Amino acid sequence: MTVAVRPARVSAAGPRRPGRAPGAARSTAYVWLFLAPTVLLYGAFTVYPIVSSYLYSLTDWNGFDASPSFIGLANYREVLADPMFWNSFRLTLTFMVLAVPVQVLATLLIAIVLNSPRMPLRKLFRTALFLPVVTTTAIVGVVMQFVFDPASGPVNLALREAGLAPDGIDFLGQSSTALGTTIGVYVWKWFGITLVYWLAALQTVPNEVYEAARLDGAGAPATLRYITMPLLKPFLVIITLLSIEASLQVFDLVLTMTGGGPFYSTEVIEVYIYRWAFAATIPRLGYASAVAVLFGLFICLVGMVQLLAVRAARRTRGAA
Amino acid sequence: MSAFPVSRRTWRRTLRRLPWWLAAAALAVGCLIWIYPFLWMVSASLKTSAEVFTKGLDLLPEAPVWENYERAWVEAQFGKYLLNTVIVTVCTVVVVVARCAMAGYAIARHDFRGRKVVVGVLVATLFVPAGYTIIPLVDLSQQLGLLNSLTGVILATSGAANVAAILLYMGFFRGLPKELAESALIDGAGFATVFFRIMLPLAKPVTATVTVLTFLSTWNAFFLPLVFTFSRPDLRTVSVGMLAFVGENGTDWSGMAAAATISLLPVVALFIALQRHFVEGIAGAVKS
Repeated sequence: MTVAVRPARVSAAGPRRPGRAPGAARSTAYVWLFLAPTVLLYGAFTVYPIVSSYLYSLTDWNGFDASPSFIGLANYREVLADPMFWNSFRLTLTFMVLAVPVQVLATLLIAIVLNSPRMPLRKLFRTALFLPVVTTTAIVGVVMQFVFDPASGPVNLALREAGLAPDGIDFLGQSSTALGTTIGVYVWKWFGITLVYWLAALQTVPNEVYEAARLDGAGAPATLRYITMPLLKPFLVIITLLSIEASLQVFDLVLTMTGGGPFYSTEVIEVYIYRWAFAATIPRLGYASAVAVLFGLFICLVGMVQLLAVRAARRTRGAA
Repeated sequence: MSAFPVSRRTWRRTLRRLPWWLAAAALAVGCLIWIYPFLWMVSASLKTSAEVFTKGLDLLPEAPVWENYERAWVEAQFGKYLLNTVIVTVCTVVVVVARCAMAGYAIARHDFRGRKVVVGVLVATLFVPAGYTIIPLVDLSQQLGLLNSLTGVILATSGAANVAAILLYMGFFRGLPKELAESALIDGAGFATVFFRIMLPLAKPVTATVTVLTFLSTWNAFFLPLVFTFSRPDLRTVSVGMLAFVGENGTDWSGMAAAATISLLPVVALFIALQRHFVEGIAGAVKS
């Protein structure tokens, strides 16, 4: 910090707004120079693909022909009539509905325990619980194929040793358990991130509040019920919605653990799109784009609800 | 923590803490189960294939088999995949930090025509997940000749949604006092000097957060490198290489475990070393 902050605004030759000062033209040139990398990269690899997804979705195209042929809304009609699309949509929602509550509530419990200064080894526990978060999802997915292997995977070996399942359970190989197992691994993988969210939220409650409650004779349950919970309510909204958003993006885990199978029992929307666009013998990029657009709109809707909910939560916090 | 109970007072204190220690013991068991898959993976990477099948639950191998690592590193090409991953991650982090800091600074501290449009587009795309734009992205990259190249992976990854990073920088730069830049301007410093010599060094905490988060998401990226390297196996990153490896050698459990350990070790080591930044970076998402 070599440049000291000068006390008086010696420079102020009159009321100025930044960027409208003398030399504003040069400054504007710099502004756009600074924005150029973002405009170019973000424009080319995020904004352009979003816009052109819509255009692609109106065409029939396999990716090999020179140009896509325009077919109007036919893709959308076909998507909405495809039972496999609705299967994927249902699976994506099931994933969300099962994973999010477990993740949000279980992490809250652990966070409350880990937040107490009297808890021994709390840093170590946090590190252990957070560890899966930093690991590569695709690699974890592959490793899990082996961990849940029906013959020699450690889970089945342990179950057999404990006499719980003498024949072993093919967790990922049968439709009835594949989705549940994938959700379980998902919760395990991202548990730490929600835990850290909650710990950050708990840190915002100053220690004096707890002290005061204790002086007033409040026990641990009363403190939790009347102090911690009300103060955490706005965070509950934010954390739930962050978790919902995350649970809609599970491509890496699902593709590497089950590939969407068996019998499409774990084929969430992203894997459905991938199958039509990249894994099919004749790719149907227009059709896959239509699915992507529909699901993108669904996510936008969730995001919009999120913004509204956060705003509502802010208001509650302001009133509290 | 507390020493061994010597007097009655400390004894009582220990007794009062007993429930906490019981909870800690329960949590310790839970945490061991939690990280068991990683322990199993490391242990399997040091066993012979036969040992993995017959004694899967024993964590200690009879004698460490380092050949597994050699096989993963050379035959399965994880040495090359690791290098690809490092190149992609380092370049992406540099590009993302630079472009997000510059954009955040320009937007936060300067009023220019089109500012509202830029901010509007950024906010509108905040919730668009990467996977849903992959088809046009691949098509564009092909036309630009970027498909099947590491440059393509780097550019596409750096161009993907990093809106949150820009917003973080914007928030930080907006909070800085105006006088800071003005006094430097009188001293004759130009726009770029003010940014690189004063603003960017001040923004170190934000840069640390953005670096850690970008590192994490790029190292762990899968979908984009997967579709960008379909016809160039030599350009795979570790995550893509892993899927290909089990597709080709489904029965080589110890080789798989060695490859997975090689791929996960760098990111886990970095996490242990920079834990505070990881945790704070992620916690920042809720606080703001």
